[in-house]
Amino acid sequence: MTDLSKTPAELTDLTLAEARDGLRRKDFSARELAQAHVDAVAGARALNAFLLETPERALAMAEVADRKLAAGEARPLEGIPLGIKDLFCTHGVATTAGSRILEGFQPHYESTVTHNLWRDGAVMLGKLNLDEFAMGSSNETSAYGPVVSPWRRRDSQTPLVPGGSSGGSAAAVAARLCLGATATDTGGSIRQPAAFTGTVGIKPTYGRCSRWGTVAFASSLDQAGPITRTVLDAAIMLTSMAGADPKDTTCADLPVPNFEAAVSRGVKGLTIGIPKEYRVDGMPAEIERLWQQGAEWLRSAGARVVEVSLPHTRHALPAYYIVAPAEASSNLARYDGVRYGLRVPGKDIAGMYENTRAAGFGREVKRRIMIGTYVLSAGYYDAYYVRAQKIRTLIKRDFEEVYAAGIDAILTPATPTAAFGIGEKADADPVEMYLNDVFTVTVNMAGLPGIAVPAGLDAQGLPLGLQLVGRPFDEETLFSAAQVIEDAAGRTVLPPRWW
Amino acid sequence: MSVDAQTVRRIAHLARIAVGDEDVPPLQGELNAILSFVEQLGAVDVDGVEPMTSVTPMAMKKRADAITDGGYAGDIVFNAPLTEDHYFLVPKVVE
Repeated sequence: MTDLSKTPAELTDLTLAEARDGLRRKDFSARELAQAHVDAVAGARALNAFLLETPERALAMAEVADRKLAAGEARPLEGIPLGIKDLFCTHGVATTAGSRILEGFQPHYESTVTHNLWRDGAVMLGKLNLDEFAMGSSNETSAYGPVVSPWRRRDSQTPLVPGGSSGGSAAAVAARLCLGATATDTGGSIRQPAAFTGTVGIKPTYGRCSRWGTVAFASSLDQAGPITRTVLDAAIMLTSMAGADPKDTTCADLPVPNFEAAVSRGVKGLTIGIPKEYRVDGMPAEIERLWQQGAEWLRSAGARVVEVSLPHTRHALPAYYIVAPAEASSNLARYDGVRYGLRVPGKDIAGMYENTRAAGFGREVKRRIMIGTYVLSAGYYDAYYVRAQKIRTLIKRDFEEVYAAGIDAILTPATPTAAFGIGEKADADPVEMYLNDVFTVTVNMAGLPGIAVPAGLDAQGLPLGLQLVGRPFDEETLFSAAQVIEDAAGRTVLPPRWW
Repeated sequence: MSVDAQTVRRIAHLARIAVGDEDVPPLQGELNAILSFVEQLGAVDVDGVEPMTSVTPMAMKKRADAITDGGYAGDIVFNAPLTEDHYFLVPKVVE
């Protein structure tokens, strides 16, 4: 047996699917797998990916998993160590949303998504860093400091961002600290960090995963999804995360398909649309090339590739920056120093609210609350908010017309650039950071599923991703097409450990 | 449209966020950058377009009007900064 046993590094290098199968073959125990990951997490504090490590809980959950495995009663994710974005409330485990205002908050309930993962036997390694209240595209707005990407430019030691808001999730998966991580996506917060770190991230259709117990940012846009190292792993993890939930009225009463089976279905006979409006000014030539390469890979695998038009694309980002802040200003009104979190006294109750929120929220969150308050205020509601919701109808209609014309999925770049350095955009106005989400935000505005899949490296050796956008509740086609790209591009070689 | 310093203070008060004098000029610049970015939406023809109210077509789920949950006041107030006998405590609001 000893010559068959794996070193800790070999265990953390496994994909989620390989680890699942290895556990069932008894190649190694859940405890060995958990210990290897607990040690990897403890050895990677320089990345600041974890806000809270829960090693005792991980090992206790792994012991239960070993008993289940021994009894032949393995559940779908039995013994799989995962990281949890710190936006998911976890019973008895501090949940901060990356904000000072929730410092010390200990939920007395479990989010439906994490509940589903534990029900299926997964093991919790800890809570992952994120942009404050998921508002950001670089993980630099976290009150607990930025996450450092495991990736570096060739011959450079400049620390890079992992993207955001699920920056801790993406960095932890790319650095092999966990086999997969939960994430959330309101305007691109799963897909953009996945693209920046050479990992796979899927935002499912709005309503596929319950939002219950997930700290709310913009309720009509927020969706949970996984970040993993392969398309197959994303399919396995989403199967456990998704499903109907009586506690969330916007969660769809639909059965969860066999996503794992969809992965190997191929794209023969599918029609893939290439939207001409996604060719934006100033997009690097290598991203344009990669996009064409992606289309060619799908064509070679038997898909028909056609140009399509989504004429309202360019209005999506400005409309998002009305809708999302409006919803955020309403959702974040609950942080008032009364029921949970920080409280700063004032001369009266209004003074207490104002002082608490001034001390507890960071700059980006305050900005967005104030924009949202403004566009919802008397005299501006019609000019801004109602107009943005009408434009949202037009954006969704664009997609509906393309799908009605027989398109099965749409291929676009995932991001307009590769990852940038920490602090590089600090002096820019906020809009420059918002442009990161120009290709992803349309998908949230229309409630559609979107997946980011690694497709190659740029000239500096940094990963670039492609995005596939599907019909409502047709994540299966996204898994099929993303697997074709993963097979053609080859699995990303993740950065060797320097941290 | 752009906001002046007085409007920034008014929005901050509506949002219940205290802002100091030194916070106003940078906030004003940032809010105006965002507002000028979204200004382009004014040029879109939205005549006859219904504003979106639900991103996926779905009927609101309903359940029986019955008590299904409750009885754990201790859990509810557990995270509150100040409580007494399962009540949240706030500064005096009525004279």
